[in-house]
Amino acid sequence: MIYSEKVMDHFSNPRNVGAIADADGVGEVGNAKCGDIMKIYLKIENDIITDVKFKTFGCGAAVATSSMATELIKGKPVSEALKLTNKAVVDALDGLPAVKIHCSVLAEEAIKAAIADYLVKQGKNPADYGIKEACNSCCSSCGSSCNEK
Amino acid sequence: MFVYADNAATTKIDPEVLKVMLPFLKENFGNPSTFYSKGREVSLAIEHAREQVAQAIGAKPSEIYFTSCGTESDNWAIRGIASRYTEKRGKHIITTNIEHHAVLHTLKAMEKEGYEVTYLPVDREGFISPHQVEDAIRPDTLLITVMTANNEIGSVQPIVEIGKIARAHKVLFHTDAVQAVGHIPVNVEEMQVDLLSLSAHKFCAPKGIGALYIRKGVLPNNLLQGGGQERGKRPGTENTAAIVGMGAAIEKAVRTMEQNTAKISVLRDRLIAGIMNNIPYCIRNTPTHDMLPGTVNISVRYIEGESLLLLLDMNGICASSGSACASGSLDPSHVLLALGLPHETAHGSVRFSLNHENTIEQVDYIIQTMQSITTRLRDMSPLWENVSKESSFQEKEPVVL
Ligand SMILES: Cc1ncc(COP(=O)(O)O)c(C=O)c1O
Repeated sequence: MIYSEKVMDHFSNPRNVGAIADADGVGEVGNAKCGDIMKIYLKIENDIITDVKFKTFGCGAAVATSSMATELIKGKPVSEALKLTNKAVVDALDGLPAVKIHCSVLAEEAIKAAIADYLVKQGKNPADYGIKEACNSCCSSCGSSCNEK
Repeated sequence: MFVYADNAATTKIDPEVLKVMLPFLKENFGNPSTFYSKGREVSLAIEHAREQVAQAIGAKPSEIYFTSCGTESDNWAIRGIASRYTEKRGKHIITTNIEHHAVLHTLKAMEKEGYEVTYLPVDREGFISPHQVEDAIRPDTLLITVMTANNEIGSVQPIVEIGKIARAHKVLFHTDAVQAVGHIPVNVEEMQVDLLSLSAHKFCAPKGIGALYIRKGVLPNNLLQGGGQERGKRPGTENTAAIVGMGAAIEKAVRTMEQNTAKISVLRDRLIAGIMNNIPYCIRNTPTHDMLPGTVNISVRYIEGESLLLLLDMNGICASSGSACASGSLDPSHVLLALGLPHETAHGSVRFSLNHENTIEQVDYIIQTMQSITTRLRDMSPLWENVSKESSFQEKEPVVL
């Protein structure tokens, strides 16, 4: 397994690790059975993501994609964070081994789940913002595929 | 500090072994099948190595066949027996659910071809009992194949008892002894095995050389067709330097076994105790008896194995994991699942395999490093967050001693 230098950097010095006690939105995706869980905490003021933290159980790529995804949305408006794709995360990390692409999908879903939580708290419907239900019961390592991208 | 603790994956070539090999990569380059002296001297060296291998496992030199690796030996033993004896004996094979993939995947492929395989389930410590084998034998049982020692957790099966049963029922018996040879006493007469696989790179000889012991009178068909090498049973010009190295290494491994085992098992026990006593929520996957001297397998709950390995590597420590991510496959180790570990616990497993070159200082360094890495990864783990929140955490999963 060969990781890029960027992946190793974000794995060994992950940015934004931790939790936010009074978070405005929290999202958790993944499944321990499959070997990865990501949990994202957002602090949002005037529709801007002013702070973001993550906790991840998973492999090197899972940690690195969480770290990179949080970097990519920090300081951005919610509308822009919603546009984050797993591909953008992979590109920012200078690529991932093929078997690790699902980690980037998980990172994208974790961000969306946290934003959905925020929207619900605001009395809004996440579906109106194009957010689909994240798939918590499956991942590549369980062989199921409810969210193939 | 650099610590190589992955000797079950492969070992460093012993300098004495390398020294014996080098002439066969230089001036002694002759083809052993030729009749001039340049070939004959190589042929003599191969026969010497054959004697060394035979003596190490209590066999006759004529019962030893060199192969390209342990995987080939396993494939040849199983496929060769099947193609030779199926018509006479049947299509049923008995094995365990913790075999190496060289055996398991061969059997999986054969199931598609109409063979029926009984996978005996191991207990929590990774053992099958001879009774299970006896109960599984049918009139059409062709072969029993049970590994001597497991590569992931180090459990050593009751091969002598299984051998007795196989003999009593006149069923052929193969054992994959790749992890055992050179580490624990192996004797084909005591074990009453008909075929036994070995691989040299697990006992300080080079990679890409193995052997198959085939009891006199047992006649598996060839896997390869070609020239007359290895008495026509395993064609292909010999890997002479590697064969010579294998002979020297096995001789040394057996000669130094007692002294090495005494040293290594102390290190093993210190490593297990150091981790189990200092890191909460760990599960021991290595059995408490009948285990290899150097293999340590532990699950560290609430963290994932590949992350653990990457951080160990950054600290100079080479180890392995049974997590899906670390293995590059989709599921965590079939061996750990066979012990009854839940997937999430199997993902957090780490294997250290020690040999005589490891030291107490290295073991203590591994323990220290494991403590700091575990703290770091758990602080990052959403699963740990929930555990530390629960004031009175209750053990919900089966604990493997
Ligand atoms: C138990 C067991 N069987 C078979 C093998 C395969 O041996 P080789 O790597 O020589 O093909 C290994 C080692 O990888 C092993 O540990």
